Amino acid sequence: MKKQTARYKRFTRSRFGNAVYSIILILAGLFTIIPLIYSVVTSFKPLDELLAFPPRFFVVRPTFKNYIALPELLSNLEVPLSRYVMNTLFVTVSITVLQVLVSSMAAFVTCQVKNRWTKLFFMLVQFALLYNGTTLAVPQYLIFAKIGIIDTYWAYILPALASTMGVFLIKQFMESNVPEVLIEAARIDGAGAGRIFWRLVMPLSKPAWLTLTLFSFQSAWTATGGNLIFSESLKTLPSVMGSVVSSGLARSGSAMAVTVLMMIPPVLIYMATQSNVLETMSSAGIKD
Amino acid sequence: MKKTKGISKWSTGDKITLSLMMLPFLAVFVLFMIVPVISSLVLSFTEYDMINAPKFSGLKNYFRMFIEDKVFMIAIKNTLMFAVVTGPVGFMLSFMLAWMINELSPTVRTVLSFLFYSPALMGNVYFIWQVMFSGDSYGYVNSLLLSLNVISEPIQWFNDARYAMTLVIIVQLWMSMGVSFLANISGLQNVDVALYEAGAIDGIRNRWQELWYITMPSMSNILLFSAVMQIQSSFSVSTIATTLTGFPSVNYSTHTIVTHLSDVSSTRFEMGYAAALSVFLFALMAVTRIVIGKLIDSTGK
Repeated sequence: MKKQTARYKRFTRSRFGNAVYSIILILAGLFTIIPLIYSVVTSFKPLDELLAFPPRFFVVRPTFKNYIALPELLSNLEVPLSRYVMNTLFVTVSITVLQVLVSSMAAFVTCQVKNRWTKLFFMLVQFALLYNGTTLAVPQYLIFAKIGIIDTYWAYILPALASTMGVFLIKQFMESNVPEVLIEAARIDGAGAGRIFWRLVMPLSKPAWLTLTLFSFQSAWTATGGNLIFSESLKTLPSVMGSVVSSGLARSGSAMAVTVLMMIPPVLIYMATQSNVLETMSSAGIKD
Repeated sequence: MKKTKGISKWSTGDKITLSLMMLPFLAVFVLFMIVPVISSLVLSFTEYDMINAPKFSGLKNYFRMFIEDKVFMIAIKNTLMFAVVTGPVGFMLSFMLAWMINELSPTVRTVLSFLFYSPALMGNVYFIWQVMFSGDSYGYVNSLLLSLNVISEPIQWFNDARYAMTLVIIVQLWMSMGVSFLANISGLQNVDVALYEAGAIDGIRNRWQELWYITMPSMSNILLFSAVMQIQSSFSVSTIATTLTGFPSVNYSTHTIVTHLSDVSSTRFEMGYAAALSVFLFALMAVTRIVIGKLIDSTGK
């Protein structure tokens, strides 16, 4: 089987085409990675290299000074740095855990109960994939103001939970990967809906909710609260980062050091979940 | 799960459990997605400043949008420009790159996938482009062009209406390899190899024919999903634009519907008019979504 595939591939692939492809891929790879390389390289530059004229891309004498200067630089703020760190962790973890739980439960019900209401619900979920927080900002703001969650942690958490991506991905995955017979069998053995969900369906849909964990973490980690959070004591690291980043060329080394540190958690989670993501995405199609 | 016989098989206790499981998501979904959309539709026919009660004003907001508001016309033009360039280009780019790396060895594929997805992982790191295209001679691009004698004085990249739009488009494209890219990779990996072999026997000559007649039709559902993701991001370009080019941008060169929306709502508090703008944006995105669904449906025919 494998050999056949290989032989056939040579048939529709020309050597010229392959060469062109490699060049395109290398250029595209460079284009996407340059900012990343830039931020890592710059974070290790000593002051004189940061200010060097003409600017040099690569670092000559790397130093950790920019990283060491960070705590002091960041604690000149109104609120101790630990507060921002705790806020970020609290918001990110709550959003991720709650979103995975809430979306998985809704996806499970949509799978198990097929009537006109759940059909309508899933149609709306699919349609709502089009709209994100940015497009809905204005009408959402009015609702937030009405229910009084502006300038509270809820302003971070609740709107994030309403994202339909999770329900969509998990439901599609459950439809094609959780065999109905297993659920039937569990029911015959006397398991209730809650037990079936927690002990049977959730373990089987692990790739799907790990995928959601990645996406959810990624967006929660960079959430700044925008115009919904005023109190300094409720702000998160990304908003603090903004203030370091905008403080000029001499601070650009530290700005990049913060950036690099902030990049680490999402990258680690991506690496841990990557294969699950691909498995999940294969069932993510929309039927029109 | 094709053989489901409906809820009847669940006991009353289970039905209560199932309803309770549905409740949390349903509540936030209705409150933060459905209600906002409906309320913007209603408010779009009123004048509302968030202090006094909304006053019915008929179609006035819509007339204002298309007849009086000169800036809105610029915003539509820019939004469409972003959407037309970054939407299809981003979509094709994410599909083509996924397609190209699909045949490489698993290790190379994993590394390249990471590279292409990394901008999305880095979150709001796009400000780095600002450093690279910095307007003084400390900017890397300016410095490079100066030393090559292409230009004689530094270009104010983001403050020059001639370049601002193009640069924001480039940065948006750089960011665009997100969820849709991952979906495309996995869609491609799941196309049945037997179809390719059958295609080769039936006279498929090169990779383009194969792409059009076999690959795309057999992953059309995934393509629609990734198109939806691209529409979502390309129509709502605003933060990138305001971070890079400031607000308002020079001659409104990167002013989009979403930027306009936040200007009208959070600085002028004209919520009725803002609602009308949102309704217009929703409609624009929905129509695009339908058209793209039809287009994807027609591949391979």
